[in-house]
Amino acid sequence: MSELQRVDGNALGGVLSEVFAADLTTATTTCAGCRGVAPLAVLHVYLDAPGAVARCPQCGTVQLRLVRSETCAWLDLTGIRVLQINP
Amino acid sequence: MSFISRGFRGRRSRQPGAGLIPPGQHLVDGFPVLSAGPTPETALEDWDFTVVDETGATAARWTWEEFRALPSETPTVDIHCVTSWSKLDTSWEGVSVDTLLEDVETSAEYVLAFSDGDYTTNLPLEDVIDGRAWVAWGYDGDDLEPEHGGPARLLVPHLYFWKSAKWVRGLRLLDEDEPGFWEGLGYHNYGDPWRQQRYQGD
Amino acid sequence: MASTAVPGRLTWRLAEVVATADETPAVRTLRLQVPGWPGHRPGQHLDVRLTAPDGYRAQRSYSIATPADRERLDIAVERLDDGEVSPYLNGELRVGDQIELRGPIGGYFVWDPSHGGPVLLIGGGSGVVPLMAMARARARVASTVPMRWLSSSRTLADVVYRAELEQLAAAHDSFELFQTLTRDAPEDWAGHRGRIDERLLAEVAGPADAARQTFVCGPTSFVEGVATNLVGLGHPPTTIKTERFGATGAP
Repeated sequence: MSELQRVDGNALGGVLSEVFAADLTTATTTCAGCRGVAPLAVLHVYLDAPGAVARCPQCGTVQLRLVRSETCAWLDLTGIRVLQINP
Repeated sequence: MSFISRGFRGRRSRQPGAGLIPPGQHLVDGFPVLSAGPTPETALEDWDFTVVDETGATAARWTWEEFRALPSETPTVDIHCVTSWSKLDTSWEGVSVDTLLEDVETSAEYVLAFSDGDYTTNLPLEDVIDGRAWVAWGYDGDDLEPEHGGPARLLVPHLYFWKSAKWVRGLRLLDEDEPGFWEGLGYHNYGDPWRQQRYQGD
Repeated sequence: MASTAVPGRLTWRLAEVVATADETPAVRTLRLQVPGWPGHRPGQHLDVRLTAPDGYRAQRSYSIATPADRERLDIAVERLDDGEVSPYLNGELRVGDQIELRGPIGGYFVWDPSHGGPVLLIGGGSGVVPLMAMARARARVASTVPMRWLSSSRTLADVVYRAELEQLAAAHDSFELFQTLTRDAPEDWAGHRGRIDERLLAEVAGPADAARQTFVCGPTSFVEGVATNLVGLGHPPTTIKTERFGATGAP
């Protein structure tokens, strides 16, 4: 069942390091859907898709999507109302 | 010259001469499951399939019983995932999109398929008619499993398989093209595997 | 996008396999020499990338099992029957081979002795790997921070790091070892039996302690079951950190 393949935001650390200078595994997000605040590390992450998808653990809203080709990256953070980058 | 891992082949199976596969693709054993979210759990009594026309009106609607009562076909097709795996001669059972659009009057040129779980994918209307697409409820002689899109998924084998939306619940006919879930995030708007149209700009 | 704004930190590097050791029938330790490795903290992981001759690539994350030690580190790979990468790393790969990796990754699921304690580590199957880095880091500096370890494995033969854990428990009063076997236990097994449930957690975790840091790692379903039970027992959610490995052979 695909739900068991789900991981969490810890697994995004590597691929997000290609796009952000900061370590986002210690970041906190405010969900644009439910306004829930959670560490990025506990988002429900699906890596098997044609891209990476991170969903709010409370409401399922897609907070983050990332697609990488050899040369480009496309990033959608519209599901994150506030991204707090922590030390 | 980038590093090559000695002895690594991945899951690809060795089947030379099995058939023509598009460039950059490889055959696999098994049927990989790729998801952007949890498997939806819509009960069949709550399931319906709607066709919404370009004015926003519901042009057609079927409950599960009604849908299963429609004439069905058993296409055997090759499928190609943008993540590079292909499967040849997969057998499906489902309703042709031509049947679903039979009584729908439209001048729309585009369609947006929508699914449970907020997934969408867009296609030119001409790519889902004339025997090119189905809404499939059976795979390999059995009911389509939830992890593979059951109860029903779109099946558009001539394009990359992200266009064959799992858990499909309907089609929206559009006058103007509207990128779907992956098309809006870097994937190619059309997705022809034979021209390797994986990403925007390919 | 080959480079990032943090040069040298997360670029792909070539590492050499200098030793391998089978911890259990399904889990193999790979000892790696990584030229230029910047060091890492206990709990962090790295990404491994494999490339086939035709350019096909597959990538997976693996937790680092050892505390920082210059350019040397261990990872442990559980071989999944239908896996794509694990049968290569735990099967084909041999001493002398190279692999591409990047890291260290992850600032959330980390603990080092300077963070103090008490600490509760709960691992399912190969989820014990990052926890072992934490336990080893603590032992290396002879820290007396109270540390409790609870791991869940299918059978005795599947207990990863069994001998070393027993040594840690025997040598230190402040390291307590709890283990459960979920499928099959020997007659004389003195540990627990069955999956980790609320009852076992209540016994091992004891009363809620706002000062204690808890780390839970393993298959997604395992982690969520344990975390939900801990919160249900009154342990403050902010003191519990989780790392989900997805689906592996369920304990």
